[in-house]
Formats: sequence, structure tokens, C-alpha cells
Amino acid sequence: MDALLLQIMNGLDKGSAYALIALGLTLIFGTLGVVNFAHGALFMIGAFCAVTMQKILTLSATTYDPLKLDFLGNPAMIKTPYVNTWFSEDFGALLIDWSVPLSILLAIPVMIGLGFIMERGLIKHFYKRPHADQILVTFGLAIVLQEIIKYFYGANPIPMPAPEMFKGSIDFGMMIGFDANQVIYPAWRLVYFLFSTVVIAAVFAFLQFTTFGMVVRAGMADRETVGLLGIDIDKRFTLMFGIAAAVAGLAGVMYTPINSPNYHMGMDFLVLSFVVVVVGGMGSLPGAVLAGFALGVLQSFASMNEVKSLLPGIDQVIIYLVAIVILLTRPRGLMGRKGVMEE
Amino acid sequence: MSTSNFTRRGVLKTGAIAGAGLATPTFFTAGSASAFTNDPTGSSVTFGFNVPQTGPYADEGMDELRAFELAVEHLNGEGDGGMLNTFSSNALGGNGILGKKVAFVTGDTQTKSDAARASAQSMIQKDGAIMISGGSSSGVAVAVQGLCQEAGVIFMAGLTHSNDTTGKDRKRNGFRHFFNAYMSAAALAPVLKKEYGADRKAYHLTADYTWGWTQQASIAAATEAVGWQTVNNVLTPLADTDFSAYIAPVLNSGADVLVLNHYGGNMVNSLTQAVQFGLRDKMVNGKQFEIVVPLYSELMAKGAGKNIGGILGSTNWSWKLQDEGTKAFVKSFGTKYGFPPSNAAHTCYVQTLLYADAAARAGSFNPCAIVEALEGFEFDGLGNGKTLYRADDHQCFKDVLVQKGNAEAANEYELLEIVEVTPVDQVTYASDHPMFAGGELGECNAGA
Repeated sequence: MDALLLQIMNGLDKGSAYALIALGLTLIFGTLGVVNFAHGALFMIGAFCAVTMQKILTLSATTYDPLKLDFLGNPAMIKTPYVNTWFSEDFGALLIDWSVPLSILLAIPVMIGLGFIMERGLIKHFYKRPHADQILVTFGLAIVLQEIIKYFYGANPIPMPAPEMFKGSIDFGMMIGFDANQVIYPAWRLVYFLFSTVVIAAVFAFLQFTTFGMVVRAGMADRETVGLLGIDIDKRFTLMFGIAAAVAGLAGVMYTPINSPNYHMGMDFLVLSFVVVVVGGMGSLPGAVLAGFALGVLQSFASMNEVKSLLPGIDQVIIYLVAIVILLTRPRGLMGRKGVMEE
Repeated sequence: MSTSNFTRRGVLKTGAIAGAGLATPTFFTAGSASAFTNDPTGSSVTFGFNVPQTGPYADEGMDELRAFELAVEHLNGEGDGGMLNTFSSNALGGNGILGKKVAFVTGDTQTKSDAARASAQSMIQKDGAIMISGGSSSGVAVAVQGLCQEAGVIFMAGLTHSNDTTGKDRKRNGFRHFFNAYMSAAALAPVLKKEYGADRKAYHLTADYTWGWTQQASIAAATEAVGWQTVNNVLTPLADTDFSAYIAPVLNSGADVLVLNHYGGNMVNSLTQAVQFGLRDKMVNGKQFEIVVPLYSELMAKGAGKNIGGILGSTNWSWKLQDEGTKAFVKSFGTKYGFPPSNAAHTCYVQTLLYADAAARAGSFNPCAIVEALEGFEFDGLGNGKTLYRADDHQCFKDVLVQKGNAEAANEYELLEIVEVTPVDQVTYASDHPMFAGGELGECNAGA
């Protein structure tokens, strides 16, 4: 039972990342009708916003200590972060410790801006082109973004520790009535799950309870009619592209303590998230979230030793098997609109 | 009545021979006027450095390339000479090789066997490379070694740790300076016993490809020999980045040691996640839970950061060694690039020097003469103490380092500290050892 619970938690955690990326993907498809294969790269750039924030906070003044020697026998270089000098040493250390959550402040404007530039500068020219062209151009864009990041940050993973208070693990089992040490879970993964839930809820609330959101939803349902009412729906959809980019970016920022970011991490998530969107229903926001969590849990169960001993390699194909079954039996996906992908 | 000498069988035979001749790759025929492939006739000799310049091991590849450039500088008499000043062989004078200046071309393996073969083939055919070196993966090394054997050039392997490279896939034209999975295990097991005791239950997570398999088999055999029990071995796909689903079952498996047979980004992620799951803080069977990483590298340590604190692993070499060869190399490399060299850089630098020295001693660039010069060659002064290039399998035998992660390191280059220098005798094995069986060096191929 404890093993099952651990796998459910793992699945929900992995599903959080799938859901956040898939939410942005389906939002872009639902509003602009574009299949954005650069969305994984936006997740990766979000992660590198965290790396950049850490680099900013650890910018240091360099002095040389003649009493200590470096590997060549020269006086050792001593680096003192400016934040320690500008504020107190304790406060500087606290800022550096909390660099990952603080990166959210950097990631939101950067990602919205990047989304705006991508949409206005490139993707809008492909609205009327076939989906295959959109996939090719956005995939190409993803490779360009990857290479830019690799040029500036290198190819190796960069460690991004969680704040000290979330570094260890917590006895989650004891909280819900299990014996001690039965269900130990990393604290940051629980934070990630809660954070994802909040972001998903915020996106839904924004679309559901604001006038802006209402217009966007109306535009998703019938773009032409909304346009005929004199509303500049294109401008709103462009902003939605920026919001979708920000959601992917936030998912990337908070994921960095779980997996050390590298330039390739977006590609690792892209294909799976795209499958999540297909299973959930192209353009369906609740479908993307539901399918994200469901497929995360399913994949986690498929990784259990007991399951793999019966069906070797099942963990690698389970998501695709589900996608095949869904496409054959219900092409519009679990919660897709009737007619979408069914023609 | 006219008679004809043409018979159906004769025409077929002639056609088959002509067809085979036309279909033969040009590197089998291009050098037919010479005694061997890419016989250097001008004032220079060209080496081909085939390293991952893109892909997940690109940083390692860049470090290899830096070392190669430094080696070429030293061979041509530029810079401070580095290890040429400490090498026990005096055949090289810092004036090129056999009167020829050393030039080089580079290729990108992308850490993919097919891409690595294609770039090596291009360097041999188009650029006239007489020796290929480099690489950061055993899959790539085995593939390129096979190609070099067919093409009739020498392959001086870079970072490859699978037993297979000098085991079942060994080739007469291929040579490996780097240590292997068996040696890692032989060096680590006694230290693990000393540090963690003989009564331990180990759970293995293993990268699902040639290196992972041989690494797991080696470390399992070595630890079982000192009394440990192997509870489980789970193969993890190479492309995986989230290992939480594999780590969660470890918690309640009864194991008190997790062995991560992972390398590069896999190791960085699996180790980070294992630490996050609280494995290092756990007590099992009345003992502190431990994690072991059989193969370490400086770049992996940098990626894992403080998570490697207290974790044992093995390396081929360390810039912290205090022998004269290491000091000379670290000084040259550090002065040129501003940071200490990695294991990968060291082995690539040494391989270049060893090839050049073999050519100088043989008085020829003929691959078969180089093979003869390197087989059974004993040397010193290149950073690992006395070393032998064994003739039976073309594997170098030398001391192996056991290192421990240091979470309190002053900087990212100090994250590993040497625990023990395991003497070469302890890691030496018979060339027909079952873990290396099934391979034959075959005949040397000069490609003529």
C-alpha cells in the first residue's frame, strides 16, 4: 500500500509538469490554432531563468587571498557576493538560498515578453499554413533556442538547490495515518505539486471569472463572431500566447531542484506533453490537466518493478499505447470538442 | 566455326570481382600506391579528433578537445612541453613526429554511434587522418574502433569505460588508456567493505546499454566477493531524466546501499533525486543507508553539486595527484585554460602523446608498426605511475583512484578528494577473464 501511495505521489508530481506544459500547448492550439513544438523550449527557458537569477544573486566581487593558494600555486581567488555586501551577510545568504522561488519574479515578464516576440515575430505568419508547416517552424525555433542556451550556459546540467527548509524529505505517511518511515517523500516535490495546482487554478479562474477570459473563451468557441462584434481578438490571443509561455516557464523554474536544468530538458517533456494534449483533447483545458495527471500516474505505475517484470519495457510505451487507444476509439480525446480531430 | 573463350561462369566470376572492387570503400583502395592508409607524404601528419561537440556530453568533448590541442602544441614544440618533459620515453623531441609537423581535424560524434562513424570516416577519407582519437561513450568507442580497424588506421580511445571495448569488441588497431568497469569494481570493493562493512544489501540502478551492463556486472561480482548481497538490479532507459519511480521502491526493498551505475546527466539526476528522497538520512538494518557511484568524473561532480558529499566512486586520474607528470600537465592546461583538466582531458592528452611516441620509436606511421611499438609498451611519467599497454588486449594497466565527494569543497574543482590509490596489481585480470571473453584482436590492418 505504501509503495502504491509513493507511486501515486510520484505520478501526480510528474503529471504536474505534464499538465502545466500541456495546458499552455492546448491553450495556444485552442486560441491560435497553432501546434507549438517550441513549447518544451519555453519550459527549458523558464528553468534557465532560475539559473540566471542564481547567477545574478551570486555575482561577486573578486579578491585574492595570498595566504591561500589555487591549483597553480597562485594566490587563491575569493569571491564575495555583492548581495552580501549590499545587505547583511545573513540576508544575502537568504536571497541566494531562495533563488529558485525568487526566479518567478524574473520568469513571468521574461516569458510573457518572449511569448509575445515569438507570436508576433514568427508564428503569426504561419496561422494560415498547414499544421505540418507550423510544426516544422516551431520545432526549428526550439532547436535554435536550445543552441542559444547551450552557447551561454554549456551542455552540462547545472545544480539548482531548493531552499534549505525544503531540501530534505518529510514523513508524508505519518501525516495521513501510516507508520513512521513508510512513506517518505521529498519536500520540494510536494511544493511543486501544490505550486502546479495553484497555477492551474489561477489560469482557470482567469479564464472563467474575468471579462478578458470570457472574451478569450468566446473567441476559442467562435473566433469569427467575436471579431464581428468589434473585439480585437487577435490582440487577446497574442496575450494568451504570452500567458501560455509564462505557465510553461513557471513549470520550468520550479522544476529545477528536481532535475538539474540542461539545454535539452524541454525536448524530454515536449513529446510526452503533446501526447497528453492529444489524449486530453486538442484545445481542451480541463482535458489537458486531467490527462496530464492521469498519464503521470499511469507512467509511474508502469515503472513499478512488479509491473515491469510482467511486461518489460511497458513504462516506456504506456503513454503512447494509451494515445493509440484514444485516437482509435475517441479521436477528439477525453474532453475534446466534438468535431476536432474527427474529420 | 568460331570459338569463344568467354564462358557463362567466367563472365560471372569476372563481373563479381569487378563489382566487389567498385563497391569497396575508397579508404581500402585510395592508399593502394602507398604501403598503408593515408601515408603522410607532405610536411605534416594529420590526426582526427572525434569528440562530442554537440549533445549531452558536449562539455566533456570540449575538455577533450582542449587537451588534444595542447598535446599537438607540445608535439610541435610550442608551449612549455607539458608531459613531454616527464615522459619516460625520450623518442619525442618537440619537433613534430618523424620530421613532420602535427596537424589535426575535428569531428562531432554527437554521442551517437552512426554520427561518430560518419565523422571518423570523413576525417579518414577526406582529411587524410592517420589516427583517430576521442569520444565520451563506450557505444561510440566500439563503433569507431571497428571502423578504424576496417579502414587501416589507429584508434586511440578517449573516455570509454565498458569492459567490451578491450573485451569482446577489442581490435588490433584499437588502444585504450582509460580504465574499465572491472578495474573500477576491483578498486572500489575493498574500500566499500572497509567503509561500510561486509554485511550489506545493494540495490542497483543501471543505465540500459553496454557500459551500464558491464559496470553493473563488474561491481556486483566484486561486492558479492567481499560479502555483499545484490538485492535487485533495475535497468533504466538512457533517455530517462526523472528516476523517482525507480528510487521509490528502493526505500522499502530492505537494501541499505544504492549503487548508481549511471554516467553523465543520468548520474546527476539519479543521485540528486536519491538524496532528495532522503536515502542518505535513512537507517536500514541498523545501518546508515549509503549511495555508491562506481564511475565518477569531475564534470558529473560539478553537475551534482553538494549532493555528492560522502559518496564513493572511482576515477582514472585526478589533477590533485602529486607526481611530476600530473603536475606538468596541470600546469600547462591550467595556464592555458584557467582551470584544472578533467579525467577525459588527461586520457586524451596522454593517448596523443603515446601514439606520437610509438610512431617515433617505430620510425614509421604504418599502423602495423605503431601496433608493434605500443603492444607491451611500459612507460611512466604520464600521471598514473608505471603503466603497461598489454599486448593481449590493448588495455592499459595502471593504478586506479578511489575518490569521495566533498560537500564542503571550496570550489567546483575540489568536489572530489582522493581516498585511495589502488595499486595496479589489485585491478589486473587475465585477458581471457569471463567478463572480457568472446573477443579477438585479429590481424593488424594497414589498409594497403
